[in-house]
Amino acid sequence: MSETKVIDARDTFCPGPLMELISHIKHVGVGDVIELLSTDQGSAADIPEWVKKVGHEMVGSEQVGYVWHIKVRKAK
Amino acid sequence: MRILVVGGGTAGTITANNLSRRLNGEIRAGKVRITMLSASDRHMYQPGLLYVAFGQMTPDQLYRDQASLLEPTIEFHVDPVKQFQLDKNKVVTESGKTHEYDILVIATGSRMVPEETPGMTEGAEFFYTEASALKMYKKLREFKGGRVMVAVGVPHKCPIAPVEVMFSLDDFFKARGIRDKVQLKYHYPIGRLHTIENVAKWAKPEFERIIVETETLFNIKEIDAKNKIMKSEEGTEVEYDLLIVVPAHRGMEVIERDNLGSGGWIPTDRYSLKMNGHDNVYVVGDTTNLPVSKTGSAAHFQAEAICENIASIIKIGEPVRDYDGKVYCFIEAGHDKATYAMFNYLNPPDLKPPSKPMHWFKISYNHMYWTSVRGLL
Repeated sequence: MSETKVIDARDTFCPGPLMELISHIKHVGVGDVIELLSTDQGSAADIPEWVKKVGHEMVGSEQVGYVWHIKVRKAK
Repeated sequence: MRILVVGGGTAGTITANNLSRRLNGEIRAGKVRITMLSASDRHMYQPGLLYVAFGQMTPDQLYRDQASLLEPTIEFHVDPVKQFQLDKNKVVTESGKTHEYDILVIATGSRMVPEETPGMTEGAEFFYTEASALKMYKKLREFKGGRVMVAVGVPHKCPIAPVEVMFSLDDFFKARGIRDKVQLKYHYPIGRLHTIENVAKWAKPEFERIIVETETLFNIKEIDAKNKIMKSEEGTEVEYDLLIVVPAHRGMEVIERDNLGSGGWIPTDRYSLKMNGHDNVYVVGDTTNLPVSKTGSAAHFQAEAICENIASIIKIGEPVRDYDGKVYCFIEAGHDKATYAMFNYLNPPDLKPPSKPMHWFKISYNHMYWTSVRGLL
């Protein structure tokens, strides 16, 4: 059964949100979803680009207040 | 009050020394006892490994006896923890001894794991241990020219190191008179040259100036050591004659074995630095799962924050401050110049042009570290 893991990458300059996603996606199972919380505007564009290039799946991207909630499913 | 510090690296050593000074009266009155458990009787200045890899320091310059760095009121044992029993407020060590505590500080650090990337151990050079840094130096000395590729695993310790390596390579090959025979290329996991946007913006023209090619969105998948080809998760391949990598890191095995945190990183409150769900357990340095650089300076500032709080809780029953995410990183920029990046959770770094005085400060800090780790600076 797939799980959702929330990664709090708000207010971070180093490592940034994409680096946090790359780091954490190694430790979840195929089919699991990572919900990344980010306050970095650039993440909303950077993360989908990387997810597409590597072959994972974007589940959603939504801005709530000043926080982006970016959901990615590990596909391989 | 029994305070147990697990780990004798930068974070653990500063924590133990700082607490020892703040609680000197309580320790001498027999009300507080500080114990440190470490895996080694030696303490390494880890940033020096990059200098070893380029022949600018020798390994013996990186070490001090751990006991010589500690306040005499600290009880020190070379006996690493085998098992954490947080529900019972005790740990069991490799020698079989049990240490009970009222407050636990976990500062076990991180380790590179090149063996987790196929072909990396055989096909690449790196500099995160004494042996690997010396091996890299020998390879650099033997190198006569060709393609030098640099790539970066995630997560890793010292996020500035990949950038510094490029400047050091440029300097090294120029000094040996073969820079015109060497092609330098830098690969980075995200879509710009560094995770800190201002460092990325600064590095771009600097890399152009010293003629470094770049490829971003490049995460190392595997290395074909026999044919000297590095493949990325993103589907690209590069050929190399010499490959230098910053390997991915993990926390220590005991953290994963005891289910304290995935990847060996312990879930930690970003302000109090307490382990989530454990009011008497603090986590400091690389061991946290925080989105904060894994560097000695972060460990230093975190240690200061928890020491103020542990001491104030003992003295007045309340903590007095939060960790604000502060990090300060020197950036060696080649040609005997350096700059720095200082930032916290809310304020990004504002990079200044590299200067010789900042390089001299960094060189001085290589010696001042021993004052810093004693908790004096």
